Amino acid sequence: MALDAATRDQLIDTVRRFVTERLRPLEAQVAEEDAMPDDVVEEMKGLGLFGLSIPEQYGGLDLSMEDECLVVVELGRTSPAFRSTFGTNVGIGSQALVMFGTEAQKQKYLPGIASGEIITSFALTEPEAGSDSGAVQTRAVRDGDHYVLNGAKRYITNADKADLFTVMARTDPNKPGGGGVSAFLVERNSPGLTVGKSEKKMGQQGAHVSEVFFDNVRVPAENRIGAEGEGFKVAMQVLDKGRLHISALCVGVAERLIADSVAYASDRKQFGQALSQFQLIQGMIADCKTEALAARALTMETARKRDAGQNVTMEAAAAKYYASEMVGRVADRAVQIFGGAGYIADYGIERFYRDVRIFRIYEGTSQIQQVIIARETLKRGG
Amino acid sequence: MKVLVPVKRVIDYNVKARVKADQTGVDLANVKMSMNPFCEIAVEEAVRLKEKGAATEVVAVSVGPTQAQETLRTALAMGADRAILIQTDQDLEPLAVAKVLKAVIAEEGPQVVLMGKQAIDGDNNATGQMLAALLDWPQAAFASEVVIEGGKAKVTREVDGGLQTLNVDLPAVVTADLRLNEPRYASLPNIMKAKKKPLDVKELGSLGVDTAPRLKVVKVTEPPKRSAGIKVETAADLVSNLKTAGVL
Repeated sequence: MALDAATRDQLIDTVRRFVTERLRPLEAQVAEEDAMPDDVVEEMKGLGLFGLSIPEQYGGLDLSMEDECLVVVELGRTSPAFRSTFGTNVGIGSQALVMFGTEAQKQKYLPGIASGEIITSFALTEPEAGSDSGAVQTRAVRDGDHYVLNGAKRYITNADKADLFTVMARTDPNKPGGGGVSAFLVERNSPGLTVGKSEKKMGQQGAHVSEVFFDNVRVPAENRIGAEGEGFKVAMQVLDKGRLHISALCVGVAERLIADSVAYASDRKQFGQALSQFQLIQGMIADCKTEALAARALTMETARKRDAGQNVTMEAAAAKYYASEMVGRVADRAVQIFGGAGYIADYGIERFYRDVRIFRIYEGTSQIQQVIIARETLKRGG
Repeated sequence: MKVLVPVKRVIDYNVKARVKADQTGVDLANVKMSMNPFCEIAVEEAVRLKEKGAATEVVAVSVGPTQAQETLRTALAMGADRAILIQTDQDLEPLAVAKVLKAVIAEEGPQVVLMGKQAIDGDNNATGQMLAALLDWPQAAFASEVVIEGGKAKVTREVDGGLQTLNVDLPAVVTADLRLNEPRYASLPNIMKAKKKPLDVKELGSLGVDTAPRLKVVKVTEPPKRSAGIKVETAADLVSNLKTAGVL
């Protein structure tokens, strides 16, 4: 549902205040301890952040894609680990259910997902299935009114805290590629499901990824999302939406880094004047700003198209590709503008530099986005 | 028990105020405006009274321009039940606001008026006290704790040198100090629900209150810029400099 301007402004304003007053002061602590404080998670729940994209009748906000992107830009103005806390509930962990779930499945899980009582994860990636996501080897074998799942998933965001997994598993071993894959809702407490230890990552400390193992996990047949063999289609549509969310996040982080760079360049003096007076510094600031504006425009335009019901597979891929590469360049220039301070952990800039690196990789690498953009463009004839 | 919470739309506390070139006031063109922080504390306290069961209804009221509706929406999102805007483009003085509020109170009949001790724009710290005088109600200003029981309000006040506790009969006017509470962030679902709550708009003229200005602003200027300090070599130098300056 699209919001009226006054309500939207108030929503954005509240999120911005929460980010400024509550989250930003905790950035260093969360990175240092690699843990999200419980009271902050509770405040996020109280604020309603877990339910941004969940329909209103299940207790969510049902934001339009455009409004979701505007909120996410604000959340980008702090360490991305904070957004990750509820990011799976807003995006990949819930959307298969929202888009393709049955009424019974929705009623059972969506209210808890919207309130944050249920944390969700999206389990697609495997040791042998990364960018080649159709190569899923985890098996789901029908056994009466259950499926029996066996296999392993890798790099699963929030798996350590998840209560509910959307799992992609192969139901038809004779059909290679995506066509033999189905999607399942698997509860954490299912016997045979174990979560590995959290991986040590390059950045975004405080947000965790882990392996998930399925050893004869029995899943009720009514927990399948969509028909057998539709899993890949489900996954692709979920990722389409997620790409815009990530694009907006990249824009927010870039805007934060630009603001930090401008503040530093205005304050720091060399050769008797502020860094911001040097044209070579100004050139970097101008490039950052121009690219961030372009990414914002592309993201918001695509979000509005999606809200209008248009197919945005190509545009969402382009937005994610451009915005994630853009924020990588902006973070690199921010380190350069900060100079020696940019390399010192206390200033937080090198942390962002590491944090943003994943944006070019997860929810589809830049190379996969290029493939999608080219494929769709060739299909459309230009 | 009904609680009335007057709220004011002011320049946002994060904005650096700039004085107009003609020194007639602060430049508000394209400046972010928000609810006065002390009013926010008052709304929070009223909503907590309702949550505790001490209050049954929280009514927010603002005297100001059309845009003050946004401020009232914030109060509604925080938990006020309904809102009233007394619409005017006039910049009213504390006495005029107090008179307008008195007229609203005559219609609404609240048992408690809970309001910020002052607004961060004018820093007058006068409206609550004037309102209590006009109504001939007890007043408890600068509250750091409010307990309502048995038709009375027990109010802890921050005064020079400590805390003072007052028992006032209701109805009464209570003004909120900084440490009364830490206001909540309105939740996003409540922000969306707030637009469905009732917000009545009345023209200032319809109240028949004399709001003519009594004060004349001579001029508004920025605070003087801080001049550079001096460096001293030793502690003895510091002490002698402080003595010379008459500080010690």
